[in-house]
Formats: sequence, structure tokens, C-alpha cells
Amino acid sequence: MTEQEWTPKIVAFCCNWCSYGGADTAGMGRFQQPASTRVIRVMCSGRIDPLHVFNAFLEGADAVLVTGCHIGDCHYVNGNEKTRVRFEFLEEMLQQLGLEPERLHLKWISASEGEKFANFIKDVTAKVKELGPSPLKPAGVK
Amino acid sequence: MTQQETNTEKTQAEELRIGAFICECGVNIAGSVDCHAVADYISTLPNVVTSVVNKYTCSDAGQAEIKKAIRDMNLNRVLVASCTPKTHEPIFRACVEEAGLNPYLFEFVNIREHCSWIHMWEKEDATRKAKELVRMGVARAALLEPLESSEVPVTNKALVIGAGVTGMQAAMDIGDMGFQVYLVEQGPSIGGKMAQLDKTFPTNDCSICILGPKMVEVARNKNIEIMSYSEVTEVDGYVGNFKVKVKHKPRYLNIDECTGCGLCSEACPVEVPYTEFNEGIGTRKAIYTPFPQAVPLRALVDKVNCIGCGACIKACERGAIDMDQKETFSELDVGVIIVTAGFDVYDPEPKNEFGFGLYDNVITTMEFERLINASGPTMGKVVRPSDVKPPKRIGFVQCVGSRDKHSNIYCSSFCCMASLKNAQLLREKYPDTEVYIMYMDMRTPFRMYEEFYNRARDMGIRFIRGRPAEVTEDENGNHNIIARIEDTLTNEIVNLELDLMVLSVGAVSPESTEKIRQILKVSRAADGFMMEAHPKLKPVDTTLDGIFIGGMTQGPKDIPYSISQGSACAARATRFLAQGKALTEGITAKVNEDICVGCGVCVPMCPFQALSIEDNKLKIISALCKGCGTCMAACPTGALEQSHFKNVQLLEQVKKVFAYGEV
Repeated sequence: MTEQEWTPKIVAFCCNWCSYGGADTAGMGRFQQPASTRVIRVMCSGRIDPLHVFNAFLEGADAVLVTGCHIGDCHYVNGNEKTRVRFEFLEEMLQQLGLEPERLHLKWISASEGEKFANFIKDVTAKVKELGPSPLKPAGVK
Repeated sequence: MTQQETNTEKTQAEELRIGAFICECGVNIAGSVDCHAVADYISTLPNVVTSVVNKYTCSDAGQAEIKKAIRDMNLNRVLVASCTPKTHEPIFRACVEEAGLNPYLFEFVNIREHCSWIHMWEKEDATRKAKELVRMGVARAALLEPLESSEVPVTNKALVIGAGVTGMQAAMDIGDMGFQVYLVEQGPSIGGKMAQLDKTFPTNDCSICILGPKMVEVARNKNIEIMSYSEVTEVDGYVGNFKVKVKHKPRYLNIDECTGCGLCSEACPVEVPYTEFNEGIGTRKAIYTPFPQAVPLRALVDKVNCIGCGACIKACERGAIDMDQKETFSELDVGVIIVTAGFDVYDPEPKNEFGFGLYDNVITTMEFERLINASGPTMGKVVRPSDVKPPKRIGFVQCVGSRDKHSNIYCSSFCCMASLKNAQLLREKYPDTEVYIMYMDMRTPFRMYEEFYNRARDMGIRFIRGRPAEVTEDENGNHNIIARIEDTLTNEIVNLELDLMVLSVGAVSPESTEKIRQILKVSRAADGFMMEAHPKLKPVDTTLDGIFIGGMTQGPKDIPYSISQGSACAARATRFLAQGKALTEGITAKVNEDICVGCGVCVPMCPFQALSIEDNKLKIISALCKGCGTCMAACPTGALEQSHFKNVQLLEQVKKVFAYGEV
């Protein structure tokens, strides 16, 4: 694989009710996206522990996406509001680690927003491609 | 040690034997992913005993192969890589359970929606990604633990929100099956939008003549309790055990005493435009009965316009009026909820579409329905608003607020037929009237609909393929409408002078429905209506167990389709009521008491009050836990875990996203 062909590896945490459904809807609508993303399903974005995100970076993720239901739409009342607070902490930590802010994103995507999901993946992939591999990526990891 | 912990240890002590089944889904997956290459790669991974490709894993043959493999090869974990767990996880969980495996030892990997369908022309990338996704699944499968789902009793009562024709049908069907139904309607009468229509296609029978008897039947049904002029304000709980709070808005009269005689309205000196039922055409009093066929036929006071003169109080022979009435609340326990909250017609006024709001003689279909309705404000005489004279040239403009990038891109589906119907009624009633329909495409599927369209053509109704590019009023001051249209069939520009122009407005989801949607947490589709669990297989289910949607709540549709969905909702919902029990997910929060320090950080995280601190230790009420996992992310010691989504399981999945060297 040459440098030009390098595709970033992105870990996307999706909640069962909204953003995972959004990724499904992207598939149903055949919205083509770069093959950069690996989705990990959790029941609620509120389950996403900063530990999971840091681990993803340490294992070799070039970007990590935290996604869930729109505010007010959480299947578990307000799990996503807690996600939002934790995300602020994550962003700060990331900065201290010296990672570019473009490598971590929080996005609310409903189960019907397939095109939005696909565009999100396209945008983040393109941005991270410009940045190159994550400085935290262990050598030799694909 | 609990039984579950014993089971867990036993499974972990066993040798892991994972079976992987890679589905081709015909060419849906195999068209973009080399499934055999995936299966070959997976067979090299630790603990994988068998790794095979199926044409359709979910088929009878595919499921039989899984069960046979569990028995023959003594599999203790099963992984299927196919489509989305949202539709197929329950199928495969049931399949492995039939072969004696705990359903939570099943792992699902999505290589269709999340892979083959979104990388259709990058076979190499798609195959590599599929291998990695399955690799992540295998790692997770190895760490899965058996769980037990618990059975909960179901309250054998139903709640139907919205008493239009769909909700009435749903309530009647459930009532006839012998279960109690609360039918909550925000308006003062049941009947919905259908009560406002004049005649209905394709039979042109009078709408209220077929709806009225049905409304009476609903009221007579012993199992249905109608709660009119009421709104659902809170919903708590889960399938089988919903707790619902209903607000009863004050009518300012005692509904048990009122007979709907109308003496109060006669006495009332206040007249205001009747917007609620007559689209603002004609007037009503400040105390009024909604319409002659209303159920319940009871008056209500419009407190905004009431001047408090007391004339109605004097006129009422039964002393029913109570101006000090306050809103009251009811708490209901129900097992299932059906939402049939209807629609609003699209409002062209904000953007003055086709001159609506600028020129008096541009009206909407709903206004036209009230004008031509024999019990409407003009007693069925069609007149134009500017001078109350009968129009001689009438034009209908299709797709207003539908199939339009600037408003709604969806087709509202009923408007073509509605205009054809109204055009026919005009020609029947006033044979010397010229009637035009300006359209993009006439859409008339379903039985007798295309024939209905042909009949309209035979009746001399003129069709112009094109919609007005410009709408103005004529300069002579007689308020005629000039519509400038390109007829795309003849390539001619037509300047059509009309006495009355009717905008065939589509359907939109009302704000009041959005409130209900947020209370229930049902997903919202891109068009603003509520989203079904599956567009084909589960058209009236939602992703939430025990909550169903029907009629316009699910999207624009006509009356026969709405009624079918009402019945469908009833049938789907009654399954729970008839069984009297439902299964809840085994996925809940668990605490390791040896590690928990009783700090209580997690307690306020739980939106369901399932957590509390007792004797410096966390106590979890499993029945209240919905398994979201929000509390675990807050736990500073790692004492809390979410079964099926444990940290080790998720972290192993994350780890296996990556690998050293090529796959």
C-alpha cells in the first residue's frame, strides 16, 4: 500500500437506537463512503467511557467518533446529555495529549439520517487523510 | 454466589468453540464482499471451530445449518455476519436458543448495511473491512456471557392516542377482542380530519355518513373509554407496564350534565371565525358544540373569546356550565400504546405560495372541503371568498407542500385523488363550471383509483401538465386569479384566468405529535413523521416494544390505508395483551460489591431511579434498570458493569479493529 492510498482507521461508537440506525439507513440508501470506519455498537452513547475512546487511540485509531441520538431524543431520557459533558472532558484531555482536535468528533445522528452519517464519515476521513496517521498509533499497526 | 455467576464461570471454564456463519445475502453482500475469503480468514482465528458461507443465513436452511453445527460440533458461541441486528438479531437469538444455547452467546456482525452496501464498487476494501468486522465480532463472542431475560406481567389495557379514523379503528378492534382501551383525543370530539371532509374517493360517498356511525359505535363499545379534549403529558415505564399521565382540559361545563342541546350557543352573543373545524370560514359562538355529529356531543367554552356575560349560564336548563372548572389529570396503567395522532395540512401562507394569503380567491383543499360540504358554513354552496359569488372557472394546483425541495420532498399520496374527487363533485354539482387540474404527475395507484382518474377525464375536467410559475390577480379589480403555466405536454405557455384557485396541500406532522414523539422517544423519520421499526416487515411497530404507530402518524396516506394500519396496530398490540406477559432484555447493570466503595457518583446518572446507596454499597433494582450503561461510564472504581457490554468486551472489540501486518 502506497502513502497516497493510505486510508485512516476510524472507530465510531454508535448508540443502538439512533446513530447505529443512521449507519443502517446509510446502507439502505446505498450512500457510498470510504471504508475507513469500524462501528462499535453500545446501547446508549452514555455508555461510552472516556476509557474506550483513549483505548481506541492507543490501539491505533486515527480518529474516534462518538455518536448518539439528538438531544431530547435519547431512548434513555438523557444519556446523551451526560455524553456531551464527558465529551468536553475528552476534548480537553486530547488537547493535552497533543492530538489534533479533528481526530475526535461528537455528532448526533438520528436513525433516519443515513445521508448525514455517510457525509460525516466522508468529511472526517478526508480531514484525517490530510493530517496523516495519528501520532499515538503504535508502529506497524494497520 | 448467584446462579448466574455459577453459569458464567462454567462457560468460561469450558473450551471456547465459536462457529461463524458468513451470509452472502444473495448478491447483497457477495456482490461486494468476497465472503469465502472472509470465512477462510476467520477460520484461522483462535477458538473458531467452523467458519462457513451461506447463501442466506436467515433462511430455514441457513438456520437449520446453525442448529446442526451447534449440536454436532458442540459450539458454545455463534457468530453470524450478515445484515443489521435491528431486524435479524431476535431471529438468530431464537435460532441458537432452539439448539440449546443461551441467546446472549450469539454475536451479530453487520457486513451488509455497514459494509457491502456502502462500498459497492470497492470489493477489495469491502472484503478487508468485512474480515476486520468479523474479527472484532469473534473477539467479542469469546467474551460473551449467558444472560437471562426476565418475564414481566402485562397490564391488559391499551392506550390509543388520537381518535381520528385510524385510532377509532384500532380502539374498536382491541375493544372487540375483549381488552379495555383508553382513547385519548386532544380535540373536543373524536372523528379527526375525516369528519371535515365532504365526500371521499373513489366511491364519492359522504364522509361523515360513513364516519358518523363508526363514531357512535366507538362511543357504544363497552371496552372503550373516550377521553376527549385531553392530552397525554407523561409516559413512564416499559412494555406491559406503562404509566401514563393524561391532562383533561377544562370545557367549563359538566360533561355529564350537558346534553349538547345548543341553547347555550344560541344565547351566546360572541361570534368568532370557526378555525378549528371550518378552516376559518363562517363563525361559531364562544360556547359551542364542535359539529352536529360530534362524539361526545357536548359543548365547550372558548375561554379566550368568552366575555363572561353569563348568558349561557342562564340559558342552560341543566345548570351544566361551570366557568371555574380547572384542568384535571388521570393516571393510567396500560400495557401497550398506539399513536394515531394524525396530521396537519401544509400551510402555504408563510411563503405566500401561489398567491395564498395575498389573494382572497386562492384557497386550500381543506377550505374547499368545508365549502362544498352540505353541512359546512355555506351549506354546500361553493362560493369564492372575495365576493361570495359562485365561481365559473376553477383550477386545482397539485403538489403544494409536497414533492418540493423547498418544503417537503415526499409525495403526500392522497392529494391527486382528493383533487380528482373535488373536480368531479364540481362538475356534477355545477355542470357549466370549467375545471382545471394543474399537475406534475397524476398518481393514482390502488383499486378503482385509475378508473376514477379516467372518469374525471371523461367528465370534461381539463388537465394541464405544469404548475403555475406566476400567480397574479387581474387588474380590473374583480379579484380573478391569473395563473401563468407552461403546459409541458404541448410546450405552450398558458395564461389561465380563474375565479377560484384551490391549492392541493399535502400533509405534515403536527407540532402536537412531535411532543408525543418526544415523550415516547419514538424515532423521527427525515420527513418529520414517526419512524416505523422496518419499512416493509414492521410497518406499524416502533423500535420500542409495546409502542405502535398508525395512519398519518407514520406518514401521509389515504383513508383505506390508514384504517388498515389502525387494524394492524390493534393486532400487533393485542399480542402482548393476549399473552399477558412480555420478555425484558437481560442486559442490565451489575455491581461488584467487593470493589464498590459506595461513593454514589453513579446514582444521579440513572434516569430511571434504579440505583441507590444502602449501607455504603450500591443497590440496583433490576426491574427498573433499562440497561443503557450510562452509570458505568461514571463509576470511578470499575465496580459497575453492563452485562453484554462489559468493558472487557468493548475494549477487546476496539483492540481487534487493528492488527499488525496485512489481513
